[in-house]
Amino acid sequence: MNNGILRVEGLKKHFLIGHRGVLKREPITVKAVDGVFFSVQKGETFGLVGESGSGKSTIAYITVGMYQPSEGTIYFRDRDLFADGLKRSRELRKELQIVFQDPGSSLNPRRTVRQILELPLRIHRPQEDPLQEAMRLLEMVELPIEYLHKYPHMLSGGEKQMVAVARALATNPSLIILDEPTSALDVSVQGKIINLLIRLQRELDLTYLFITHDLSLMRNVATRVAIMYLGKVCEVAEASEFFQNPQHPYTQMLLSSIPVVSDEEDAIKPEKIVSTGEIPSPVNVPSGCSFHTRCPHVMDVCRRIDPVMVETSRGHIARCHLFEQPPERK
Amino acid sequence: MAASAPLLEISDLAVHFRVYGGILKVLDGVNFRVDVGEKVGLVGETGCGKTTTMKAILRILPVPPAVIPRGEIRFKGEDILKMKLDRLGQVRGRGISMIFQDPTAALNPVFTVGQQMKPVIQYTSPEGRRLSRRQIHEKALSPLQEVGLADPERLLRSYPIQLSGGMRQRVCIGMALSTNPELLIADEPGTSLDVTIQDQVLRLLHELVQKKQTSVILITHTLGVVREMTDRVYVMYAGNMVEVAVTHKLFSNPLHPYSQGLMKAVPRLTGGGVAEGIPGRIPTYQSPPTGCRFHPRCPHVMEICRELKPPFFKVDADHEVACFLYEGHGSAPTAEAGAQ
Amino acid sequence: MTQQVKAQESGLSITHQVVLELQRRNRRENLGRAWYKFSRNPLSIIGGSTVLAVTLLAIFAPLVAPFPEHVKPFTDFANASRPPSLTHLFGTDEIGRDILSRVIFGFREALGMGVVVLALVVPVGVLMGLVAGYFHGTWIDTVIMRLTDIFLAVPPLVLALAIASVLKPNLFNAMMAVSLMWWPWYTRLVYGLTSALRNEFFVASAETSGAGTSHILFRELLPNMISPIFTKMSLDMGWVIIIGSMLSYVGLGVQPPKPGLGTMVASGAKFLPDLWWISVFPGLAIVVIVLGFNLLGDGLRDLFAAEEV
Repeated sequence: MNNGILRVEGLKKHFLIGHRGVLKREPITVKAVDGVFFSVQKGETFGLVGESGSGKSTIAYITVGMYQPSEGTIYFRDRDLFADGLKRSRELRKELQIVFQDPGSSLNPRRTVRQILELPLRIHRPQEDPLQEAMRLLEMVELPIEYLHKYPHMLSGGEKQMVAVARALATNPSLIILDEPTSALDVSVQGKIINLLIRLQRELDLTYLFITHDLSLMRNVATRVAIMYLGKVCEVAEASEFFQNPQHPYTQMLLSSIPVVSDEEDAIKPEKIVSTGEIPSPVNVPSGCSFHTRCPHVMDVCRRIDPVMVETSRGHIARCHLFEQPPERK
Repeated sequence: MAASAPLLEISDLAVHFRVYGGILKVLDGVNFRVDVGEKVGLVGETGCGKTTTMKAILRILPVPPAVIPRGEIRFKGEDILKMKLDRLGQVRGRGISMIFQDPTAALNPVFTVGQQMKPVIQYTSPEGRRLSRRQIHEKALSPLQEVGLADPERLLRSYPIQLSGGMRQRVCIGMALSTNPELLIADEPGTSLDVTIQDQVLRLLHELVQKKQTSVILITHTLGVVREMTDRVYVMYAGNMVEVAVTHKLFSNPLHPYSQGLMKAVPRLTGGGVAEGIPGRIPTYQSPPTGCRFHPRCPHVMEICRELKPPFFKVDADHEVACFLYEGHGSAPTAEAGAQ
Repeated sequence: MTQQVKAQESGLSITHQVVLELQRRNRRENLGRAWYKFSRNPLSIIGGSTVLAVTLLAIFAPLVAPFPEHVKPFTDFANASRPPSLTHLFGTDEIGRDILSRVIFGFREALGMGVVVLALVVPVGVLMGLVAGYFHGTWIDTVIMRLTDIFLAVPPLVLALAIASVLKPNLFNAMMAVSLMWWPWYTRLVYGLTSALRNEFFVASAETSGAGTSHILFRELLPNMISPIFTKMSLDMGWVIIIGSMLSYVGLGVQPPKPGLGTMVASGAKFLPDLWWISVFPGLAIVVIVLGFNLLGDGLRDLFAAEEV
């Protein structure tokens, strides 16, 4: 039985941002990630969707070693990534790479493309010629090699992201985390990058953890999708099942709110669920099921008890009291 | 569509910028019209000039380096570009109001909402200056209530940083509509917000605009928003309008190769993979392509496209396109035929 | 396109050349653009030219000064206390030395002080700022920044005077005194910049790639701070020269008969207002140098600010 190349187990990340009160000094924590379980199979594109405060980016940063979990851990090929705190062996670092959301700040504005690409090459593949390899990486992402001497501000947004992808590929990783890779880009550029990523995945046998808030994009990219709300996973399903048959009320709400461009898409959207009120802040997570303040199907139990994950159909799980079987009464 | 005079009409507007190395010819003869009570969308990607056009309307372009060599912007018949400053001051805020893309940047972080709202009320109506502080305070509450914000009293005393993104955007909308403008320009009103909040904000905008009979120019690069919110749409590319149509016609039958490319590039909820997008880059404004600015990237480019700039051809009563493919309405390729 | 093909066919060396050539062309274009922006502002040009002129005069002082021997011990009472004339453009002082020549040599002391002090202060201050900022929140940060606070708490001139009066009064010790109170400003500046920059994604990217701390400090962070540091250095030159002149004025810097601008102002003070030229011209020289550096610094600051857009 396959455990998955990446396995997230009971992951929690709470940030202490201050204290409340003068005498009692209660800590104020942001519960960015609050008990997350999922696993990613080798070769798949696992999609992580959610709005701000959902914790999806935090999971990405933890996976790649920027933060240490408050509780729980992540296994890569069955090795605990945090066995030694934030210290990580070079082999592990090389296997897990990330492409950040904002191409403007993920490339050092004072370094040329060549210097940016050569950094991971010098660290992880010192025996090879860095210039030669840098050229090869640019070819892989279909950028002209003249770009080696250019500074990031000379490139368009799309080209910057391609450099970021090339950088991620420099270490020959097994898994790449893509954190909103095209969110800052125009739609006409997005296609090229996404198709490039798909092609590279096939050619290099990569696994992707793909994070985005754009559900239409997710539909066409992911093999399986997980949706998060305020630090917890609400629903996980195989992609087409997720979109055709969303179970969790939050998923339905989200799907019903997205603007689409054709009547066919309108037809498959769930019925419009008007979301009332603001998204609660992760500092003040509501009790019980954190979605209860906005849920159209809220029941009394939702305010008190946090639901557990239930399998609603094969390969499709959702965390909602609507799907829990009432206990058998004799 | 409307028989009466347009509320806002831009004719042959050109805007250039003087920079190191030459002149950026950004807007190159833009034509644009909004009628009373209409919601018009302006769709275009980064760098196409839509924000420049909107800033030109309110004359908030930094002039140098901007230069406006030709064109007219007529609001109810008067040319904004030639207005005297005090007349312009009357038009801004009361005639035409604007909501900016990033509500966080649009609100001054060191002043409370009330401190930012009250001057708007005070200075944008002749009676405003004669109101007492108490009266101004009362008047400041109603726009906040109209945009659905709870506890307006406390909100007036809050600083923007204490509010969520959605609330800030609502405050901006409230401020913009509090003066009952005839025309509202909304620049990417939901882009920096979460999808569910964006949905709320757009629906709020829709309601208010219906209620007050305000005309709207909605600027965005998100096609889905335009489809849901507008009556008519302009598609803009590299400083030119390339297509204009009643919204449902643009979506069911995009004519300009650029519009077709955009439509194909949008990923669909129904699946089908991600299309390649449009090859090439947007042109530099320093040396833009001759003739039709889209011709280097156009799958149907012809000789004439390199030499002449296409005028608008009327394909239908409410569908015009600036493309030589439609000269004399010859066999115009449909979206499907345009596909590889 | 053809370059790509050429590279694939002929191998590494050609590509290397191509890349280097493009790099060179790129740098030339950047300099051209920078010069254009800089030259837009006439004040920057004035500042820059002044600094250039002063520097050249200082370097070629023995050749340019009309009476270079007057900077050594020299007396000529026959020509003493003469007002400005054609032979002595700035006049002569009370023992007959040509003031113009002494002012030109005084530039050497002034610029030299500025260069030496900054050469000591900038590396130390910047390094400490980088380390403190990168390890923001840890004990390293606390130790370094509290040390900086201590030095900053003492009024600078008082500190300089205290130090200079304990040590033997001469130019070198004056420079040491000024350096000791100057470094914290660079630490503060760089600390702020580093603390802000270290949260940028490109730093995270280098860290997760496994880059070492010194690479991150000097290759990722520091290049992004060159502009503010250089601007400050240029403005600081003016300040260091003033402080140095002040120390000389109170007798703690350059000692007579050596030509130091502040020293000259001091020794001529007792003859005011009759033999005004003995103090006024050295004083004006100080003004000119400092103004030059200030204008240059402002110009650089505007230049760099615009670039960041």
